[in-house]
Amino acid sequence: MDKDFVAGVDSNAKKSPRRVAFITRRTSAAVRVTDEEQVQTYPELLFRVAVALEILCIALVITALLFNAPLEGLADPSHTPNPAKAPWYFLGLQELLHYFPPVVAGVLAPGLVVMALFVIPYFNINIEAEGLFLKDRKRRLTILATVAIALTVFLLIFDVYVAIPGTLIIAALMAIAAYSSPQSPSSFQRYLAAKPLSFWIMTWFLIELVVLTAVGTFFRGPGWSFVLPWQSY
Amino acid sequence: MPKTLANYFDELRQTRIWRSVFRSGSGTSTLHRSLAIQQNVFLHLFSTKVRKRMMSFSATWYLGTLTFGTFLILVLTGVLLMLYYHPSVPQAYADTKDLQFVVSSGMFLRNLHRWSAHAMVFLVFAHMFKVFYRGAYRPPREFNWVIGVVLLLITLLLSYTGYLLPWDQLAFWAITVGSNIALAVPLLGQKIHFLLLGGNAVNANALLRFYVLHCVTLPLAAVVLIAVHFWRIRKDGGLYVHQSEPARAKAAADSATAQVEIPKPEAK
Repeated sequence: MDKDFVAGVDSNAKKSPRRVAFITRRTSAAVRVTDEEQVQTYPELLFRVAVALEILCIALVITALLFNAPLEGLADPSHTPNPAKAPWYFLGLQELLHYFPPVVAGVLAPGLVVMALFVIPYFNINIEAEGLFLKDRKRRLTILATVAIALTVFLLIFDVYVAIPGTLIIAALMAIAAYSSPQSPSSFQRYLAAKPLSFWIMTWFLIELVVLTAVGTFFRGPGWSFVLPWQSY
Repeated sequence: MPKTLANYFDELRQTRIWRSVFRSGSGTSTLHRSLAIQQNVFLHLFSTKVRKRMMSFSATWYLGTLTFGTFLILVLTGVLLMLYYHPSVPQAYADTKDLQFVVSSGMFLRNLHRWSAHAMVFLVFAHMFKVFYRGAYRPPREFNWVIGVVLLLITLLLSYTGYLLPWDQLAFWAITVGSNIALAVPLLGQKIHFLLLGGNAVNANALLRFYVLHCVTLPLAAVVLIAVHFWRIRKDGGLYVHQSEPARAKAAADSATAQVEIPKPEAK
């Protein structure tokens, strides 16, 4: 079969080469990517990266000059400090250990979080990322109410009071989202209406992560009792 | 006309020695600028061109760049700290004290390493959330997201293993508290705990294991995965940009209408 097209060579280096798609079946093609302005990595991007790294260096050097890294007495296995705290990024976990048995707080919860992070891009629901309440609103509202109440009761039973405000805030925002649509007059409502399920779960996770880490870091004293940050113990 | 610094730099790039080192040669043409990236063993991980709007601060907050920056600082200061440190009990603590009071600029070195480590943990988390909220994990970038999650775990482990090395009360008990979590793993808990510490409690064996993990194993793993992480950005078509409203963007696989996506060219 003779070719009825000619492949050309464009020598303009500033332009991106185009790809040609041949539609064989009778389908309508929607072009989702259009041409976009590009710049050379060198020097445009490398220059900006260098500036960013210099600012980082300056900030860290100043911090290192002003604040000394902590160093306590020689490690003594026979003398346990009270409270004994893990590094700050694990204090959210340590805070969870205060409420739940170790196998739940120390193994199951972090394990599930890591698993959940790994699989995010492999679910079409996260790729389409449609507004949660744009379809099937009534049923999804019922599910939301059930989950929110169940979660709050669960947190109450285990005395995890610090995690309740974040949960209620997210639930309230989701409720607002359910009563919003892409046609809502306020831009905030339009913003909420477009948010998919993964957004809500991740935001809830982020809030609880920050809250639990902050409580573990600043509000826990001897015997993991609740203290205020400025109290000495 | 007096010579400017740029003139001197241009002249330098013309010299035989410079040209023997940098294969791309001098010149300001688009070709030469592309070659400067493409012909460099480190820079060729990146594409020769980037979308202009992805360079704006708001697009990425440069969080990935900054995270890598903290890693570089940590490698540099870490190697210098290794010159003054013995991973043995109780010498490790004495060495840390010496860094504070005997070694010139030792305190600064340790401070910079410590604060950079905290900054790296924070920046890795921030980077992950920023990527998530931009929806940049979407195909074909799934696997780069997975590599990113592994790098997050490696960063946490790097920071955690480093925490023990000063061998002070803070280090000892933080690692004791952290490693006890391993005991909660059903069936294998005791074994994992023993494997991690080289004993049933935090002791000299644990210090040596954490030292090797902290200075050799984990940094090597991090370097390899960082390289793949960067290279995949180029291979996956550059940094992700929103093509349209997420609500309207359909996954091609599920759509009844064929959606032809014209991929951005894969720069070499």
